[in-house]
Amino acid sequence: MGKMHHILLKIGPAAFRIASAWRQPLDQLAGLYRHYPAPGEGQVDFTVRLEPDKPWRRHIRPSVHIGGDFWLPDAAPLPLAQGLLAAEMGMNLQMALGWRRHLLLHASSVKKDGKALVMTGLSGSGKSTLSAMLAERGWRFMGDEFALLGLDDGKISPFPRLISLKNQAIGAMQNLAADDRFGPEMKATPKGDIRHLVPPQEAVTRMEESATPALLLFPRFGHARELREMGQAEIFVRLTQASTNYVALGESGFRALTRFVDRVPARAMDYQSIEQAEELIDGLWSKLP
Amino acid sequence: MMRDARRLVDALRNPASVEMLRGSEWTDLISMARAESLIGALAHRIDHAKVPDRIRMVLQDAVEAHDLARLQALWEADCARRALADYPGKIVLMKGTAYVAADLAAGRGRSIGDLDIMVERKDLPVVENALLDAGWEWVKPDPYDDQYYREHMHELPPLIHRERDRMIDVHHTILPLTAGPTPDAGEILASAVALADGLYVMAPADMVLHSVAHLFADGDLAGGLRNLWDINLLLREKAEASASFWTELDERARLHGLADELARALRLAAALYDTPVLPSLAGKATFTDNFYVRRLLARDGYGRETRKLTRLAFYIRSHWLRMPPLMLARHLWIKWRKDGKPSG
Repeated sequence: MGKMHHILLKIGPAAFRIASAWRQPLDQLAGLYRHYPAPGEGQVDFTVRLEPDKPWRRHIRPSVHIGGDFWLPDAAPLPLAQGLLAAEMGMNLQMALGWRRHLLLHASSVKKDGKALVMTGLSGSGKSTLSAMLAERGWRFMGDEFALLGLDDGKISPFPRLISLKNQAIGAMQNLAADDRFGPEMKATPKGDIRHLVPPQEAVTRMEESATPALLLFPRFGHARELREMGQAEIFVRLTQASTNYVALGESGFRALTRFVDRVPARAMDYQSIEQAEELIDGLWSKLP
Repeated sequence: MMRDARRLVDALRNPASVEMLRGSEWTDLISMARAESLIGALAHRIDHAKVPDRIRMVLQDAVEAHDLARLQALWEADCARRALADYPGKIVLMKGTAYVAADLAAGRGRSIGDLDIMVERKDLPVVENALLDAGWEWVKPDPYDDQYYREHMHELPPLIHRERDRMIDVHHTILPLTAGPTPDAGEILASAVALADGLYVMAPADMVLHSVAHLFADGDLAGGLRNLWDINLLLREKAEASASFWTELDERARLHGLADELARALRLAAALYDTPVLPSLAGKATFTDNFYVRRLLARDGYGRETRKLTRLAFYIRSHWLRMPPLMLARHLWIKWRKDGKPSG
């Protein structure tokens, strides 16, 4: 068998072992995650495996197959230059298919005044960019990919992995954040241009602190500024679609989600610029009970 | 890093053995158990052992995931029962669904994918139409595959339910028609045992022999550690429940032409899981038993498949067993031309 290297990472409540046939993605991960704590005793929740797609693909035009404890049969391989992205996708995959200690919402989240703002929407809605921007403007970053909803306490737990910036968001954040917080720029990946950003230090040191959700937004970038009320049934159905483990959790997932929809005010928010979004969010936030 | 699945087998056989594990060895054990679909069984088995906190949570997740899988499997079986309410013949549940429906030890923590049922061969068209009426659809609309299934296999091409997205395999016997042994399907149906809801499961000896046939006469031993674990638990529970079990098992194995396969299963279960077996049925250990053990343990601590050559040998063997050589050549030729690689 080909030799494997690995590193261990802890992000919020989850611990990972990332094993790879190549050093390069692991060295990049180790650099970007250098301020994160290590999992205790070498024990983790999930193993991610980055392996050559075919045996000869270790050296010749190396291509990375994403596998691990949980895997999808039709995952397309990535070139080794995108190995860091492969590792991040592998961790997301483990969470999406294997995590059961929270209801997973495909959403970003930030925190202020001890309460959490949760933003969910389709790819391109701007939820990830919004969380990264707000994190540089007085909010604490909790996560850009998954919001973890507590099954018993209804709180949101942070999952502050690297922020995955796409396309125009890369340039916008480069104006705000220091150079040493960025990973390598990866052009023309299956998800467009991608560059990873290390979250602000406080997001990492306080990643064990959960927060009560106070507002849920469905942002939509590129449409004329507007806030809309939404019916509970629509919110519920859209959140079941935004959850990767709602079905797998059975009754406890249903209870957590209905309680969330009952208690957390929600709005659809259309916006055309970060400044607009911030103004709308501040307006809603200041009127919360 | 662990180089083979020996420690996983040790943990299942002797739960106290896990207390010797140190640090990252636990992570290796979990990855191997997940890859072999034995994480649920492991979680139940080492329930009382001293386990580090994070691993305890991982195991608890597995217990809950499999509790839900059990409910879903029973629900799916009930959906099929209702869809076939007007069918007068016996509907026999098979494999994992049968184990949970009959509340057997082998069902605890077992992963269950498709619903497998068996009916009489002459009734296949009736059953097929009833399922199609109730919302199941063909998965493989490929004419070659479809014809191949109908002429040579022991089951209909798989059907999937359009709303619940769950598969059903409708069998009429327990081995492909092209395989060497020809089990007596009529006898299996005649001896099947009724459950409270009107569905059936196989009689104890047949249930064991179906698992044996599946492991040795019909596959490349993928998932073999899990199948052998099923066999281990079935043997222990059934032998305990009935004094005549070993006699029945012997008779049924001869009837179905599976005596050699049974002997091999008994030897391997005893070797890996310490299963108490009747020595006269298990026969003498052979040199090739070692080869089987090598294949069954071919998994490393990262969860990777190892021993590629051994795996390949068993892959070729699985096709050889299922088909006469000329037919195999024709089948592989058609499959290769179609998608560039061989598949089941």
